[in-house]
Amino acid sequence: MILIDTILQGVMLGGLYALFALGLSLTFGVMRLVNLAHGDLILLGSYIILTLAGSLYLPPLIAALVALPIMFVLGWALQRFLLNHALHDDILPPLIVTFGLSILIQNGLLAIFTADSRRLSLGGIEAQSFAVGPLNIGVLPLMTLLAAVLVVLLLNFVFFKTALGRAFRATSDDATTLTLMGRDTRRVFAIATGIALVVAGVAAFFLATRASINPSIGPARLIFAFEAVIIGGLGSFWGTLIGGIILGVAQTLGGSIDPEFQVLAGHLVFIAILFLRPRGLFPRAFD
Amino acid sequence: MSPVLQTHDLTAFYGDFQALFGIDMHLDEGETLAIIGANGAGKSTLLRAISGLLPHAADAVLLEGRPVGNLPAFELSHQGISMVPEGRKLFASLSVEENLKTGADAFTRPGFWSLERVYELFPILKERQHQPATSLSGGQQQMVAIGRALMSNPKVLLCDEISLGLAPVVIRDIYAALPQIREAGASVVVVEQDIGQAMKVADRVICMMEGRVTLEGTPADLSREAIHNAYFGDAA
Ligand SMILES: Nc1ncnc2c1ncn2[C@@H]1O[C@H](COP(=O)(O)OP(=O)(O)OP(=O)(O)O)[C@@H](O)[C@H]1O
Ligand SMILES: [Mg+2]
Repeated sequence: MILIDTILQGVMLGGLYALFALGLSLTFGVMRLVNLAHGDLILLGSYIILTLAGSLYLPPLIAALVALPIMFVLGWALQRFLLNHALHDDILPPLIVTFGLSILIQNGLLAIFTADSRRLSLGGIEAQSFAVGPLNIGVLPLMTLLAAVLVVLLLNFVFFKTALGRAFRATSDDATTLTLMGRDTRRVFAIATGIALVVAGVAAFFLATRASINPSIGPARLIFAFEAVIIGGLGSFWGTLIGGIILGVAQTLGGSIDPEFQVLAGHLVFIAILFLRPRGLFPRAFD
Repeated sequence: MSPVLQTHDLTAFYGDFQALFGIDMHLDEGETLAIIGANGAGKSTLLRAISGLLPHAADAVLLEGRPVGNLPAFELSHQGISMVPEGRKLFASLSVEENLKTGADAFTRPGFWSLERVYELFPILKERQHQPATSLSGGQQQMVAIGRALMSNPKVLLCDEISLGLAPVVIRDIYAALPQIREAGASVVVVEQDIGQAMKVADRVICMMEGRVTLEGTPADLSREAIHNAYFGDAA
């Protein structure tokens, strides 16, 4: 029973990792952009929510909802004014630019918010849980997982049922030809990054409520996001969700053996899957 | 009547390599113009330059008399220039219907063409609407590429080697669509390797060699010898 409980905790933790990863999965799928600042952008989102809740006295959930459009505009502008200029056939410039951005955000957060740990308080919900038979399910972890599922459903709806989604997939196939169809692909990219940061904003909310944060933890979130994307296989949002869950389960199982072993166990499973299935578990014909 | 499309001293470069040397050509309203020429003559480059994929001066391309040469490709598509690119360039992860829809998603002019009309033009595409576009036969893929370009109701339709690699009976089916495309209001440029085919469909033909126009005339005017010379250079 303890084993099932541990796995269940891992599945729900996986929801958080999936939220970290879905934005990354999106920008990579649409424009082959590997955003090394993704973890720091999530963290930036957390601080935006903390600030809205702290200085404007907004309830945490309202603060998060207000942060989402801010994140969209941020992503849109980031792509429009910075990343579009770095995107060419060469994959190196976007890596360098987003790496620089990562450092910039970390130091900016440090300067403004100091290295002190902070946490978004939900007024008790974070400690609540309910029993299902012998199992104990935390309300917040369950909400995280449900949010991840909801985000996957929404992203799939946008990608496969709307004109914008057709543009996302078509630009990934052949951006030049899409311009011949009258699409300004720079705008398509800007919207994609905007949406990716909205997803990052959702992740930011759960990151800041789950445990305390400080400006230095962004890069580790990026690693977890990467691992989830790669385990799941590039180009499939359900794959990314399952990748996050596998990573979460690996970590909690590892942690149950020895707390020191938690993160390492995740990396080991990641490497094992990469070794057995180099294209991940559910690759789409995206590349 | 002023031409719907005109180029004036149009040049194009790939890096340092000059691919077009001062092209002056025009396309009249309702006309079908064929561009012929050997491999590497610059036919595709000319279409790419007109459609905005290669940069050049604003007044190098005039659409209905307006200088549009400095506009990016997506703008030119809104202005009414639509392209069936060389090699079809269908979106591989989209279905037939989705490929067609991308032609009208960003912008569409009111006009004859719609998804239903494209399906009437090429009924086989309706049967295949949910299949991945690249799972179709070559001829059917070409129909998708043409239909996709029509979806925005273009004023000018540029077709780059739509018969390449297709069986004669399939080529006939595809060119059978041309009269209706013209009737719906598009003026058409076809790039053709097959001189016989070009002569059959075009009101006027221009021949290119090494980035220049070497011959121009109506099919009736052009002798085989003149074409041969324009195609391969004078024997002399
Ligand atoms: N992307 C490119 N980069 C560099 N040079 C190019 C590029 N595309 C074409 N060229 C060169 O430009 C010239 C014209 O090529 P273009 O493709 O326009 O010829 P074409 O008449 O369409 O030939 P084909 O009948 O083979 O399609 C050729 O010498 C070709 O090698
Ligand atoms: Mg060509």
